[in-house]
Amino acid sequence: MIVLYVHIATHLVLVLLLPPLCLGVIAKTKALFAGRVGPPLLQPYYDLARLMKKGMVLSRTTTWVFLAGPIVGIVTTLLAALFVPLGGHAAPLSFAGDFVLFAYALGLGRFFTVAAALDTGSPFEGMGGAREVTFSCLAEPALFFGFLVLAHASGSYSLSDMLGASVSSTWSTASASLAAVALSWFVVLLAENSRIPFDDPNTHLELTMIHEVMVLDHSGPLFGVILYGAAVKLFVFGALVLGVAAPLAGIGPWASWPVFVAVSLLLAVVIGVVESVMARLRLPQVPSLLVAASLLAAFGAVLLVR
Amino acid sequence: MNEFLLIAAIVLAGLAGVPGLFRAREGHAAERLFVGVITLAGVLAGTGAIGTLAFGSSGALTAAWPVPGGQLAVEVDAISAMFVLQIAVLAVLSAWYGLEYWPQKAHPTNGRKLRAFYGVATAAMLLLVIARNAVLFLVAWEVMALAAFFLFTTEDEKPKVREVGFVYLLAARGGTLCLFAMFALLAAASGTLSMDGWPLALASPLGNAIFIVGLCGFGLKAGIMPLHIWLPGAHANAPSHISALMSGVLIKMGIYGIVRLTASCALPPLWWGYVLIGLGAMSGVLGVGFAIGQHDIKRLLAYHSVENIGIICLGLGVAVLGRSLGRPELVALGIAGALLHVWNHGLFKALLFLSAGSVVHATGTREIDRLGGLWRRMPRTGLAFLVGAVAICGLPPLNGLISELMIYLGLFQTSSEGGGTWLAGALAAPALAIVGALAVACFVKVFGAVFLGEARTVDVEHAHDPGRAMLVPMAVLALACLFIALGAPLVSHVLDTAVTAWAGGSVGTTAPLNALAPLVWVSATSAALLLSLLFLGVRLGAYMSRREFKKEVGTWDCGYAAPTARMQYTSSSFAATLVGLLAWALRPDTHAPHLQGAFPATSTFASHVPDTVLDRGLRPVFSVAARVFMWLRFVQSGNIHLYLLYILGTLVVLLLWR
Repeated sequence: MIVLYVHIATHLVLVLLLPPLCLGVIAKTKALFAGRVGPPLLQPYYDLARLMKKGMVLSRTTTWVFLAGPIVGIVTTLLAALFVPLGGHAAPLSFAGDFVLFAYALGLGRFFTVAAALDTGSPFEGMGGAREVTFSCLAEPALFFGFLVLAHASGSYSLSDMLGASVSSTWSTASASLAAVALSWFVVLLAENSRIPFDDPNTHLELTMIHEVMVLDHSGPLFGVILYGAAVKLFVFGALVLGVAAPLAGIGPWASWPVFVAVSLLLAVVIGVVESVMARLRLPQVPSLLVAASLLAAFGAVLLVR
Repeated sequence: MNEFLLIAAIVLAGLAGVPGLFRAREGHAAERLFVGVITLAGVLAGTGAIGTLAFGSSGALTAAWPVPGGQLAVEVDAISAMFVLQIAVLAVLSAWYGLEYWPQKAHPTNGRKLRAFYGVATAAMLLLVIARNAVLFLVAWEVMALAAFFLFTTEDEKPKVREVGFVYLLAARGGTLCLFAMFALLAAASGTLSMDGWPLALASPLGNAIFIVGLCGFGLKAGIMPLHIWLPGAHANAPSHISALMSGVLIKMGIYGIVRLTASCALPPLWWGYVLIGLGAMSGVLGVGFAIGQHDIKRLLAYHSVENIGIICLGLGVAVLGRSLGRPELVALGIAGALLHVWNHGLFKALLFLSAGSVVHATGTREIDRLGGLWRRMPRTGLAFLVGAVAICGLPPLNGLISELMIYLGLFQTSSEGGGTWLAGALAAPALAIVGALAVACFVKVFGAVFLGEARTVDVEHAHDPGRAMLVPMAVLALACLFIALGAPLVSHVLDTAVTAWAGGSVGTTAPLNALAPLVWVSATSAALLLSLLFLGVRLGAYMSRREFKKEVGTWDCGYAAPTARMQYTSSSFAATLVGLLAWALRPDTHAPHLQGAFPATSTFASHVPDTVLDRGLRPVFSVAARVFMWLRFVQSGNIHLYLLYILGTLVVLLLWR
């Protein structure tokens, strides 16, 4: 029993503390590729601490929806993080159909993030919001085709089992399906977290932006909450991809935690490499890539039907 | 016992608007009497329904009547009771709302007509769901359809209203025709017009024919794509509380018919389930797709009814598949998900129509792109709309999630069958996910464009929240949405009785829903989510008041010197990319100006998403047909005695032919 609590506590600590480090690793990787030294690995933590101490500027146009956006965003992301198993250990919350709650909790966060953007009445933020909801419509089927593959392979309907011990054995029987899902979900990760080639998280005031432009008017602590939420979301999607690509259930209960941290940071390096070697897509091409990701996952599902 | 309560309610509701017809045009005594009587009828009907759900059905109430082919029979079983309860709740709440929204004083010409047919339609719907005889069912169906026609055409002095009214009438007539065929085939198959004696012939050609005509007839009422042609126009042009009632319960009568029809077949062929799932997925995705392209808030909501009918059909399809395959858990998850979604959609769609009605009432326009910034003027209406929007998207912590979760679980559990069945599930589940994501896109668009930002072109300076008669019904609906979400483990007991009534032992005993779906967990998670949001909200409020933030600046405008409210992103721009992606089905009309030179002349841009089936399919076909049949015009003289002669002649011919 105590062992279970320790694992749950480790899950929570990792979800709360690790995400900004992943951002730091990505930034460092990109800097190395560009031949720069780059900011220190812990820079995201310093940024968050600095933002928390600042004041806020609020527009006359805004209502409490503007304030609710970041709050709902962080709460729903943390809720989603409770469903995803880390390092082969069952997640703190796990029941049949929890994958629906995972997707729909993130949907609630999206609803309020975009509503907060529209609350400012700014055309830029409206544009960002429109892109956010449009692209997530295309990413959602890829996510669910992946769930279908994992549910079929594991015979279970909760994320902890779908991404649990059965994944390793599925790799030997239906490796093509899992590879398709892993690749498709990696694309979803890049899209949902507004990374290159979908969006450039480092630019401000560019007409091709998605996430950054939605939070243009947020400042101070609430902006810090948004940045932190974005980091957690990246980490959660990373855990989802790693659950398929790097099953850790067989390693042993204690050894799997450090290994998980290591592969998470490795995934951050991979994201950094992708961001360094690729250019941002032109906006009209984004839907094609997302549809391709969905079709890839659909192929994975169809291969299992036979 | 419960049947007597229902009969009393039907009589009361049917007569509720009659006294008003004899009253002066400008008195408000009659409308209060009407609301009182409807409330009484609703309480009686609701008591009967709850009695059945709590203590079980007491068997059919029968009486002899001179109509051939069976007895007069009514019965309230668990399925009827679920629909009765919904009709009662929405009829009462919409009537209260109408007291302020459509007062006799402001509408002296059509207020009395509206209330008379409101009562008749309510009574007919109540009769419809307890009828156990085909003739009685058809009578109730026809009365309901015609009363609904007069409700939709309340403002029949407007040409647009007459036009959509006639489209509705055409669809309703077509539907009834299909139902006549269905009941005739059923009677031929079973030899009786009593609806209890219908164990459908197993997978026979006759059984399949019955399913197809029945699906067409009921589908026309329910608004399954592509039979939804009447729905958007009729709902958009009716008074808002009528839209709420019609979208909440009238279209559900079509679903009720499909539920009864599929319940009567013990072992349906697999393809029935595939057809329902396919139609459901198409209605869902394209319903919300068309909704995204609309500029009229009520037309948009009407297309979302098509979407939700699609979700309900997905559930029904899962249940039928479960029956074919002998899988009790699929039956339970499918039918319970479908029936709960019937309730849920009734609640949040009525809530959305009523709050949209408040916006129309306050601003005088249904055009989304002319509104904006209403939250500061009408915070209560805004909150009601927000609750409805979150609920209809199926998001936690509200009720849409519960029914969609059951349907998702049903679809995913087809995976153990393999082959075609899993393919159906494997394609429908992502379709449902797309529907959810598109619904979020659509409702964040409407909510943002109407309530947030700044007012665009309409003057909203004097807009304000409505009074209690309109706000209380909205509050009740919003609380009901929350209750179903947080009390799902309790609601599941009601659904268990309905599942038993539908399955009727055909697939063995089903496990209780609480064991099949993690309702306790979902409700607990929703409650925890809600509490943590409230907690953080309070903390944030305290933090804000401590630091005394002042709103002294405008929105960051990127250095532009003279921003205006008209520069805001409109709902049309917001939806443009999605409409473009769905252009293969939506076929939007765009009138873009051709700009030339450095200083082009003033020009206009207009875009519009017409209904592909109605405006691009049926209208051209029908206008050709109208020209072709011009030579038959002479039989339509408009003289009533001539029509009586036609009827007599037909009767004589039929008798001779026998």
